[in-house]
Amino acid sequence: MKKLINNPEDVVTDALKGIQAAHGDVLKVAIDPHYICRADAPVQGKVALVSGGGSGHEPMHGGFVGPGMLDAACPGEVFTSPTPDQMLEATKAVDGGAGVLHIVKNYTGDVLNFEMAADLAREEDIEVEAVVIDDDVAVQDSLYTAGRRGVGATILAEKICGAAAEDKRSLKEVADLCRKVNGNARSMGMALTSCVVPAAGAPTFDLGEDEMEIGIGIHGEPGRERIASAPATEVVERLAGPIVEDLSLQQGDNVLAFVNSMGGTPLIELYIVFNELTKLLSDRGVNIVRNLIGPYITSLEMAGCSITLLKLDDELTRLWDAPVTTPGLTKGA
Amino acid sequence: MAVQYADVVAWIKGFASAIEANKGYLTQLDSAIGDADHGTNMHRGFQAAVQKLEDSPGDDIGAALKGVGMTLVSKIGGAGGPLYGTFFMQMASSLAGKSELEADDWATAVEAGVKGVQTRGKAEPEEATMLDALLPAVQALKKAVGAGSSLDDALLAATEAAEAGMKATIPMIARKGRASYLGERSVGHQDPGATSSYLLMKAASDVLETKNAS
Repeated sequence: MKKLINNPEDVVTDALKGIQAAHGDVLKVAIDPHYICRADAPVQGKVALVSGGGSGHEPMHGGFVGPGMLDAACPGEVFTSPTPDQMLEATKAVDGGAGVLHIVKNYTGDVLNFEMAADLAREEDIEVEAVVIDDDVAVQDSLYTAGRRGVGATILAEKICGAAAEDKRSLKEVADLCRKVNGNARSMGMALTSCVVPAAGAPTFDLGEDEMEIGIGIHGEPGRERIASAPATEVVERLAGPIVEDLSLQQGDNVLAFVNSMGGTPLIELYIVFNELTKLLSDRGVNIVRNLIGPYITSLEMAGCSITLLKLDDELTRLWDAPVTTPGLTKGA
Repeated sequence: MAVQYADVVAWIKGFASAIEANKGYLTQLDSAIGDADHGTNMHRGFQAAVQKLEDSPGDDIGAALKGVGMTLVSKIGGAGGPLYGTFFMQMASSLAGKSELEADDWATAVEAGVKGVQTRGKAEPEEATMLDALLPAVQALKKAVGAGSSLDDALLAATEAAEAGMKATIPMIARKGRASYLGERSVGHQDPGATSSYLLMKAASDVLETKNAS
């Protein structure tokens, strides 16, 4: 498989050096261990937000570091959780005395590594809270699985909690808000093609020319079902239907609709998906009052999309609208 | 026969070699039910652990194993890092300052390591994880040591129990980690973590076997 890389083992470091070269004025990129933080960190008296996860989902998370969103991000190897030493160094670098919130996507590796990092940080007298994001309705949340995966809601939580932290809310308040966003948001994704992990050099899964995987994970994990190619209108029904049901959306509810590219799907197709989503929600009397459309939580070059709906109230809407200045998301500043 | 510092180093090096030899196999097992990185991650971690041992020679077994654990935590990534890292760090905690171990020291340390894995991963037996190889191994080890077996025989018993435990994961439904999302579809696959844990137990008995043969 052709890729624009030098060596598979240098992918993450080389990309971080590129981020440093491009955004070194506002971001600080540490190479050993790997993390990205605000150049002006630590911001005294502000709760600091740290997230992280495997690489390959750019711009998440490193692209969301900056005023109004994350204070630091820890990139792991491609699709592999970062390690506690990275998280600890990032946590120490951004702690401004008001505590640190770890925003963790629900994957066993991420959860275990962040737990170890939180233990280590507390030993150094840094107050840490962690919130685990688990919004993917494609997988069952039960006692017998590792639970729902963390996907699109992560970005919405990072943006909204980032705004609350800038307002100088306490660690407990920001953590509670993060749990509220997670509770109000659900997502589901689909794939048209596989991704190719650089170190593996071959597609993660096989998907026929005339097939689609509904409920795909952001690492190419299997979804709910494999179907024959279908028009966008049917795909949106299969993705948004379970989300609307899981959130129990009622007539008159206001939502933020987030249509995300998995990496390989162009914006023109995302707008087609958004149009179908608008029709589907309007038929149910649900109002899309805010939207986010584009490649924000990707899966390397996978073609496909995901839909995330966040039920909004006045507080969440106001925090969503607050200014943010990051390489991956900028508004109102 | 007691376990010397050099034997512990040989154990880690032997396990690192076994991981290298089985890197493709572990990744293949993981690609069937997980994210296809167990072999690569373990290889990266244990190469670094061996390097760490070579860079900091000494005779304190506890300190050496703590160094191994810390290195694994920072180099493996995924779930394997915290789990294998915790195993060695907990093992180390009962061995600080020791340069020679009797059979019961070894059994106590391994038991502490396995308890650490269980606490960190919050897994129970028969959920198709590392514990399905490690828990039977600890039981066999303790039983053999308690009955007065030689350490060689005790390690062999632990290895055999780990192997049986590893194979027993094949018909299990995975309840933890990424494989759990497959539900019934995880049946028929041997757990990659239980497989590497079996190799870890086997590496220990291989060290003593080699030592006796020489």
